[in-house]
Amino acid sequence: MKPFAYTRVTNQQAALQAIVQDNTKFLAGGTNLIDLMKDNVEQPARLVDINRLELTQIVDQNGGLRLGALAKNSDTANHQLVRERYPLITQAILAGASPQLRNAATNGGNLMQRTRCYYFYDVAMPCNKRQPGSGCGALEGFSRIHAIFGASQQCIATHPSDMCVALAALDAVVRVEGPQGARTIPFADFHRLPGDTPQIDTNLKRDELITAIDLPASATRFSAHSYYLKVRDRASYAFALVSVAAGLEISNGTIREARVAMGGVAHKPWRATRAEQALNGQRADEATFHRAAEAAMQGAQGTEHNRFKIELGRRAIVRALTIAANNGRSV
Amino acid sequence: MYDNEENTTPMSRSAANNEFPDLARREFLKNSMLAGGGIFVASRLLTEGGINEVSAATQSSTVSPAAETVSIKLRVNGTNYGLKVDPRTSLLDLLRENLDLPGTKKGCNHGQCGACTILVGGRRINSCLALAVVYDGSEITTIEGLARGDELHPLQSAFIRHEGFQCGYCTPGQICSAVAMLKEVDQGTVSHVTEDVRQPGRVALTEIEVRERMSGNICRCGAYPGIVAAIREVSGQAAGTGV
Amino acid sequence: MNQALRPAIGKPVERVDGRLKVTGGARYAAEFKVANVAHGVLVMSTIANGSIRSIDTKAALSAPGVIEVLTHQNAPRVRFPQRPQTMDDYVAPVFGRSLPVLQDNTIYFNGQPIAVVVAETLEQAEHAATLVRVVYDERPPATRLESEIARAFPPQEGLMKESPTDRPADVVRGDPQALSKAEVVIDETYTIPIETHNPMELLSTIAQWTDGKLTVHDKTQWVANTQGYLALVFGIPESDVHVISPFVGGAFGSSLRPWAHPVVAAMAARAVRRPVKLVVARNQMFTSHGHRPYTVQRVALGAGRDGRLTAIVHEGTAQTSLYEENTESLVNATRILYASPNCITKYRLVRGNIQTPLYMRGPGESSGVFALDSAIDELAYKLKIDPLEMRVRNHATSDPSNGLPWSSKSLLECYRRGAEIFGWSRRKLEPRSMRDGRYLIGLGMATATYPTLRMPASARARIFNDGTAVVQSSASDMGPGTWTTMKIVGAEALAMDLSRVRSELGDSSLPKGSVHGGSGTTASVGSAVHEACLAVQAKLLALATIDQRSPLNGANAQQVTAENGRFFLKSDSSRGETYAEILRRNNMESIDVTVDSTPGDEEKKFSMHAFGAHFVEVRVDAELGSVRIMRVVSGIGAGRIMNEKTALSQITGGVVGGIGMALLEETVMDHRMGRIVNASLGEYHVPVNADIPALEAFFVEEHDDHVNPIGAKGIGEVSYVGTAAAVANAVFHATGKRIRQLPITLDKLL
Repeated sequence: MKPFAYTRVTNQQAALQAIVQDNTKFLAGGTNLIDLMKDNVEQPARLVDINRLELTQIVDQNGGLRLGALAKNSDTANHQLVRERYPLITQAILAGASPQLRNAATNGGNLMQRTRCYYFYDVAMPCNKRQPGSGCGALEGFSRIHAIFGASQQCIATHPSDMCVALAALDAVVRVEGPQGARTIPFADFHRLPGDTPQIDTNLKRDELITAIDLPASATRFSAHSYYLKVRDRASYAFALVSVAAGLEISNGTIREARVAMGGVAHKPWRATRAEQALNGQRADEATFHRAAEAAMQGAQGTEHNRFKIELGRRAIVRALTIAANNGRSV
Repeated sequence: MYDNEENTTPMSRSAANNEFPDLARREFLKNSMLAGGGIFVASRLLTEGGINEVSAATQSSTVSPAAETVSIKLRVNGTNYGLKVDPRTSLLDLLRENLDLPGTKKGCNHGQCGACTILVGGRRINSCLALAVVYDGSEITTIEGLARGDELHPLQSAFIRHEGFQCGYCTPGQICSAVAMLKEVDQGTVSHVTEDVRQPGRVALTEIEVRERMSGNICRCGAYPGIVAAIREVSGQAAGTGV
Repeated sequence: MNQALRPAIGKPVERVDGRLKVTGGARYAAEFKVANVAHGVLVMSTIANGSIRSIDTKAALSAPGVIEVLTHQNAPRVRFPQRPQTMDDYVAPVFGRSLPVLQDNTIYFNGQPIAVVVAETLEQAEHAATLVRVVYDERPPATRLESEIARAFPPQEGLMKESPTDRPADVVRGDPQALSKAEVVIDETYTIPIETHNPMELLSTIAQWTDGKLTVHDKTQWVANTQGYLALVFGIPESDVHVISPFVGGAFGSSLRPWAHPVVAAMAARAVRRPVKLVVARNQMFTSHGHRPYTVQRVALGAGRDGRLTAIVHEGTAQTSLYEENTESLVNATRILYASPNCITKYRLVRGNIQTPLYMRGPGESSGVFALDSAIDELAYKLKIDPLEMRVRNHATSDPSNGLPWSSKSLLECYRRGAEIFGWSRRKLEPRSMRDGRYLIGLGMATATYPTLRMPASARARIFNDGTAVVQSSASDMGPGTWTTMKIVGAEALAMDLSRVRSELGDSSLPKGSVHGGSGTTASVGSAVHEACLAVQAKLLALATIDQRSPLNGANAQQVTAENGRFFLKSDSSRGETYAEILRRNNMESIDVTVDSTPGDEEKKFSMHAFGAHFVEVRVDAELGSVRIMRVVSGIGAGRIMNEKTALSQITGGVVGGIGMALLEETVMDHRMGRIVNASLGEYHVPVNADIPALEAFFVEEHDDHVNPIGAKGIGEVSYVGTAAAVANAVFHATGKRIRQLPITLDKLL
């Protein structure tokens, strides 16, 4: 690991002052950043330790919830209000990583996770995300875990988070603090597609600090009919090949509103809006779910190694919707 | 330098197990030497209230230039340490290379195996991804701190009884993880395999729950059935599994 | 004297090192505290083929804390002799030579060690290692077996008249044309990827020179081999190398050989005149030790309508490195497992820009039996014969390869009891015929086999005048429980209470142990301990019988027996005395005997193998393709079981490893760069707790007087062999899809 200057801050103002220097990064749980620094993928000159900021609260916000950026993933998943109002969030968080990692990882950090692409992680390999202009190793390399939506010729990496897939489905809002004060970023706009600048993962500005994630009160209507399905190679402690966050508002067997987002398929948590359109106003039955799955996978493009994700994604959506419709219980 | 007598841990006591008289003697000799490297300076703190002092004394920011050491205080297995650490040093390397507490294992160094699991404030984390500077003022328990003298923690003896290990390398991480996991269950936490996360209250610790909740600790020898049996026995559930 | 082993053997005994392991007190190689130790970190090549044009260490050398950087330009010259003229490493391939680490600028594979940085602290060394700048002359790498298969060749070792490891390249039994005459034929190809051992403990060495003598704390499965190897490489007498390795944090074959790292650590320690600790990082481990080689196997079976095999053809091709011919018993099991009168086996190698492979748990047999027992299953379906019945019909009552009788074999009993416990009879014959809601249920089975090896080993037994004893050998214990087994065998042979006997191992100053591999430790070291104990007991008894002061004076050995550390007359148990009394009367603190124990000619008279059967139930998600193991029942006949507790754990471990092989494990190579892309425990998947159900295992007790003095066969390998085939067969039964390319990931079942 490259030497870095260490700064510990105990208030937001000090954090925002410290971050303005070149090549400086905030350090929260460290479960991804330290990992990347050990592999020399990240080489910050300065780390600003924000773990002692008062951003760990989870509080009611007009019937919704405000999740502190520094609340631990495990505490968030197990918070009684999260479990009651947004079981999808609880399920998604608990599907990710391991208990030890979730105990260290924070909500803000979860949003800032970088891709798990093999080529990104190995500094001996080409990667446009790590080193712009060096080429994409995965494009014609081994791409089993890579994107089928929204990829570019520069990058076919996927976003690794589970929690973010649920946040995308529930229209969360990211609250940030910067030199110009506070602003909010709708979740759909937080992460980016790779385009020609795969090195930029998010629309958070370099000098901004995530302070909280807001879950709208309106999204609590999915609490009775939601499910996070994660399909992976082993039963636990593995990244998703494909995941689906599904939330349904159902009355008298009819879907009033649907939310579907996917993980493991794109450079950002992938909101399946076409699937949602195919679900809204329809009967909550298998035929509808199949139509939604077909709609969701339109435009998907696979490589030699990840083509299976298109069919898998289709089936995963049907399964997730089926379980969600069944009060979130396995069928 | 730290005071070796004060720093005697259950590890060095258990090494005196008469099965291993030679090893025990070697431990004693080694404990009398100092770690190499030179930039770490450890001293036992004078007060038991060291941790509170640290918190109270924390200012709005603590700054260290690159490549310079940072002073921190840690309480490890009941012993207070004042240390100067390289900001890059993980808790794992600090324990193993500088405090001579190698019971915490390095298996992958990237949060992918769980061998380095320790308890910070009673919660389990991967010490490999934890910079020591970040944990300034923390209370840490490692595998060396679980037994009370010669009396093993119930999970430690259950792991022996149920063959919860073979090579023993993942074992400290497994046991620390299990200690915290049982506490998490008592606190009413749910897991990926809990059928309805909306329901409050204590989740029954079925085999499937144990397996999921212990999946952050890889055992390459394949002692999982024994691990599950040991944990279920200690948790008061029937230890019906394992060969 | 009563020389028979007592029935107490086999009872469950808790591990003697258990307390140390659960308290963190067991010290593994990198954990010994050595004064003034410096930290070494390896720098690895980032190309797979070519040479180093230049290597710039200036930046690294000027980084804080750095003491030295060694490359091929300045590393101490050492000697890596060409084999087979000189054996430098007794686990290494017979042909080739060790990787000449830091001796020249040639790059043989991607991830080859090309420099070591030594610094005051680990953090400093790790950082400085990233500052070494290398310019290569690069040639295209050849890492894909299929692309090179036209250049496959029979291994030189297999062409030797008497192959030392008995792995002839080509063996034809009976009619070479039998396949074309068969009524029913199956002819398929099976592919197994590179698999990497990934033990939890990292490869580690602490090397220290004192007055020209070398001490190493090293993770090794063979202390004596590491000692001899380092002595030869550094040109010093064996007695000047001290290897210490009391605990091994798993290895599964990866630490059978001394790889480059102990040599580099010793070079570095010599160069900086300080002890050096070198720990190989997890990603570096993927190329710092061997691996299960990539193999492609063709298995063709011919049979009559009654299911009896009339022809077997098994052609296996494996990858090896550019500089060594690594061979495995890939097709050996096929020569002995089923009673076909006609059998052709061929073994070929293909060179590539890879690290030399090395035995990984159940080496050879686990790959070979995956192919063979998948093919047997395919044939059974084709003939509409129950797969278990198919195997029973082709059971070999003597070794088909040479006609020798088995020293013991209880395979039919493993089948019978396994099927009963498992409930095989509930199985429907048709594939995809059993369902539980959205899950497809599949029941499959396969046969397990592994040869029983016994190697020369030495051991010492010493009885003390306080009534205790110690048994010693420089054996290793990577987890099976050698610490405990040696003690049990010793206590039994000495007729002493278990609590009075302790064991010592893992130190080259002890009598030479055998390699800790091939499931041969108990058979080899256990036999040596047994013999040493009987010898010291006899020596002690002689002190009494010639002594007028002894109540046993004048008795001959046949009249005397022993219990609880006391000799007495068989005819009158009141006439006797304790071992301690004899020693004290003779003013002796202790008495000891060291024996060199070697196999006899039993191999010429008997075919010696362990056999077993695995029964597996899987649940396959019909839509999503994910496979979950629901149940495994494994029955093994492995001779006399020394300690039921640790022996059952070995089966469990073998089955868990086999499940990994079947469903998860694959080291993926990007052939464009010849570089492994998933060199981490995050992306190379081994089973986690959630993947493994409760496993059931049983032993069929065998009394085998032929294999070795203690009647023990190995367990560690045989329990692994066949597991992957049983899983694949269960997956076929569930889905109707035959997966011939491991691992069986869900994408292959969609």
